[in-house]
Amino acid sequence: MGKKSEERLKASLKRLEEISTSNPSVKERSAWECVLLSRQPNRPGALDYIDYLCDDFMELHGDRNFRDDLAMVGGIGTIDGRAVTFIGNRKGRNLRENVAYNYGMSNPEGYRKALRLAKQAEKFSRPIICFIDTPGAYPGVGSEERGIGEAIARNLKEFSTLLTPILIFVIGEGGSGGALGIGIGDKLYMLENAVYSVITPEGFASILLRDSSKTQEAAEAMKMTAHDLKRFNIINDIIAEDPQGAHHNPLFSAKIVKDIIRRDLATLCNKSVTSLVRYRMRKIRQISSF
Amino acid sequence: MPPFLDCPVCHSKMEPTPLKVCPECNYHHRLEANERIALLVDEGSFKEFKPELSSQNPIDLEGYGEKLRLSQEKAQLKEAVVTGECTIEGLKAILAVMSFDFMGGSMGGVVGEMITRAMLEGVNQRTPVIICTASGGARMQEGIFSLMQMAKTACAAAQLEQAKVPLFIVLTHPTTGGVTASFAMLGDVILAEPGALIGFAGPRVIEGTIGEKLPEGFQRSEFQLERGFVDAVVPRDALRQTLTFLIKTHRRENGKKE
Repeated sequence: MGKKSEERLKASLKRLEEISTSNPSVKERSAWECVLLSRQPNRPGALDYIDYLCDDFMELHGDRNFRDDLAMVGGIGTIDGRAVTFIGNRKGRNLRENVAYNYGMSNPEGYRKALRLAKQAEKFSRPIICFIDTPGAYPGVGSEERGIGEAIARNLKEFSTLLTPILIFVIGEGGSGGALGIGIGDKLYMLENAVYSVITPEGFASILLRDSSKTQEAAEAMKMTAHDLKRFNIINDIIAEDPQGAHHNPLFSAKIVKDIIRRDLATLCNKSVTSLVRYRMRKIRQISSF
Repeated sequence: MPPFLDCPVCHSKMEPTPLKVCPECNYHHRLEANERIALLVDEGSFKEFKPELSSQNPIDLEGYGEKLRLSQEKAQLKEAVVTGECTIEGLKAILAVMSFDFMGGSMGGVVGEMITRAMLEGVNQRTPVIICTASGGARMQEGIFSLMQMAKTACAAAQLEQAKVPLFIVLTHPTTGGVTASFAMLGDVILAEPGALIGFAGPRVIEGTIGEKLPEGFQRSEFQLERGFVDAVVPRDALRQTLTFLIKTHRRENGKKE
């Protein structure tokens, strides 16, 4: 792949970014309002989007090593006849589901399942679509014993060089390394009321503000909203929600998500995967704060 | 006359030696970055990279600028990592040593960039990269930018892998959070100093989750060895010799008979 075609790819990706900034957007909410909305139990989750995007989704289970982590969902479906691999965090709607899905917090086997499915997608030339919605990776004994740090680290490394297009949507909570573990891709989008940061506002408040009750203050200080991340040029675009939140009218955002997927895949799937990966790596390389 | 070192484990006092290892109980005291470099490299061979980078306040957090300034004064360092090139027993290596004394060794934009550049220098020079970690994780004061340093350093590790240049990690006490969940777990060979705390979530966070005390030795080097996440626990006095062996056995001409 020569320098010229890389330039062309860069230009066309840039054009895409310009088109998509035309999403309608309601007034900017406070960060804390976003935190609360992102945690709304009825907020559409990964499987809701998957069900809307395709009617033939087949869930695939297990990491082939330890067990099936229900906090991470993955599988295959088709969109407009194109096979895609879906990976996403899974939260519960009620106490019983939350216990089963560990409140959306994956153990190492969840990240290893995600990697297995991603490698499978690469092997069979399927693009990957990830839906992030987790407070973070699970901070428990078994999680540490089975190497949660290693599992996330490996995903960061492997996803950065995976030879297939990857689209990332932060649909609810984007919590730290647990989110990033399925968050490396070519395009990164956030729903308007989703949040994404290095730690929860609760953690930030108790560690940096030394007062665990200062969660609202922490949320504002952390700059964790979709608008913040767009300003920082970390995300490609913001996906609008119903004025009362995505849970109020799930189709509103789901339609935009579908349009974006169609548009991006039409472009990215026609690019050479090696130049796609080179561009992805360069983009990661350029994230800086000095 | 430097002060005696108090061992936090067996409470015996020791005269400071370059190794700083308690003769009674083998406790490995924390080394400052320059002390560790002196211990590992051939005398006078370390050439520091000294990039002209300084941490900004990317999320405009109140007090962060001041905190940085104070840390620079206290630790006598510009940032939480020192990088450079050196020789070890005459063998070339790129070396990065993190400093826990500087804001808990936390990884912000500059630390992430310096570690990334060190790894990419390894790619350019086809020279093995050694990183000695000591970190509480991502630097929360830089918000999403610190999280993204995990991606950046892991991506640099992928480039080392593509170039088949070895990455050796030396985990020292403590190594947790976003550093564990990125380049620290991506070495071709991962060594750990005895008794170092190595994990993703900190022990207090886990205790908060499960509501009970963790057993002794949980997340320590020996525990990680047993669980299969480090290749070897290496006492400090054998570190230089071990790294020399690793550099020699990871050369390209290996496999070809001499």
